[in-house]
Amino acid sequence: MSEKKKLIEVMDGPSLTRTITRIAHEIIERNRGAEDMAVIGVRTRGALLAERLVATIEEIEKISLPLGLLDITLYRDDVHTRLEQPIVQKTEIIFRVSNKVVILVDDVLFTGRTARAALDAIIDFGRPKCIQFAVLIDRGHRELPIRADYVGKNIPTSFNERVVVKMQEQDEVDGVYIEKPVEE
Amino acid sequence: MTLKRGHLLDLESLTAEEITLILDTARSFREVIDRDIKKVPTLRGITVVNLFFEPSTRTRISFELAEKRLSADTINFSKATSSVQKGESLKDTIQNIEAMRTDMVVIRHSSPGAAYFLTQCCNSKVINAGDGAHSHPTQGLLDLFTIREKYNIIKGLRVLIIGDIKHSRVARSNIWGFRKLGAQVAICGPSTLLPYEVEKMGVDVFTDLDEALEGIDVLNILRIQTERQDAGYFPTLREYTELYGINSERLKRLNVGFTIMHPGPMNRGVEITVDVAESTDSVILEQVTNGVAIRMAALYLLMANEPIPSREGVLS
Repeated sequence: MSEKKKLIEVMDGPSLTRTITRIAHEIIERNRGAEDMAVIGVRTRGALLAERLVATIEEIEKISLPLGLLDITLYRDDVHTRLEQPIVQKTEIIFRVSNKVVILVDDVLFTGRTARAALDAIIDFGRPKCIQFAVLIDRGHRELPIRADYVGKNIPTSFNERVVVKMQEQDEVDGVYIEKPVEE
Repeated sequence: MTLKRGHLLDLESLTAEEITLILDTARSFREVIDRDIKKVPTLRGITVVNLFFEPSTRTRISFELAEKRLSADTINFSKATSSVQKGESLKDTIQNIEAMRTDMVVIRHSSPGAAYFLTQCCNSKVINAGDGAHSHPTQGLLDLFTIREKYNIIKGLRVLIIGDIKHSRVARSNIWGFRKLGAQVAICGPSTLLPYEVEKMGVDVFTDLDEALEGIDVLNILRIQTERQDAGYFPTLREYTELYGINSERLKRLNVGFTIMHPGPMNRGVEITVDVAESTDSVILEQVTNGVAIRMAALYLLMANEPIPSREGVLS
């Protein structure tokens, strides 16, 4: 018997946009503007969020920000213990990260292992002034001492649930959902 | 899409999808080797043995760099300074090295099937870095990668391999690789240096170079193995150069753009002239750079799947 699952919507399209706008304002407020700032998104959904975040900050501050896309596959700590090979995508960071305020963007913060890999990857490109971490959803269950500086929404979850972030560019719709197993 | 095999022995047993996966992965690694800090921690804790029973500059350094850029530990073995001189066999050599807990082996050997033999007597993952005249898969892959980066697509291209096809593992790897990705492959050389029944590999066979050059997109020029000169495959090097050497006068007759490849080491003035080797149509050094990316991709994809090597791989 196949396991049944149901999707519960926790954030719809308009509120996702509002959340990105709010995080953009928080970032500008905390850093007193967006001077020497760069945004790096973790592929795939984090990169899409980063693109939108950059567009929003640029619109508010009337400046242009460098945007980087990061693939963390090569920095994973489970390369030879996983059964499925993750596809290696391209990292595109064509600006100097040294002395920049780097805003790292991901969709969901869960164990913290992706963030750890992303931090190592960014530091291999140079020495940023600081790195701040923005996530759309924090679902708890951290396995490493990592926290986000900017959180779209805290969603307490249990381990057997999954948080699904959908974005128009990739999934034809904006929204955040929790996938729960259905008890018979 | 994953590479479901524990060893990389030849291109004949790979599917077009597997070849494409390696090429796509190599593209990401090409980005890594163009960075300021050319290193990622992916294979930390993995030990790779480079077992070289034949001389090599490019392949050996390329593998070693690929391993180091993935943060693997490397051991370099060369026949001349080892106990092979005292008569130790290949099997004993690998089993003793493996007893020191190594994980992967890269082997270059003069006997066809040496890499396959290793898969039968040790537990390491094996990459063939050239076994006799049989196969040199990473060379074939880096040639495919270089051409795909330039033309975006392999399918439909016309590739001509010139020279000593008979003794060339590069030729065999190129024929399998380019054919699998849909290119049209032709070979050209003196009939004494063309293998018997080679047309059964699906290639057009020429002995007249000017005829073979008609409508060609890619020229892969093989090294004339001067160490085999005594066997009398052709009368003199000068005659070979006259009939099969690639020079700019010969190429001027071709109208459209084409690409010059050579797997190295070059005999300048024999199979290729200096001006052709250094022309803007030449991707010879690009091939060498891409070789590191291809080898990183192969090491990564073999190591990223299950750590238990399967006993597959066929000897062709």
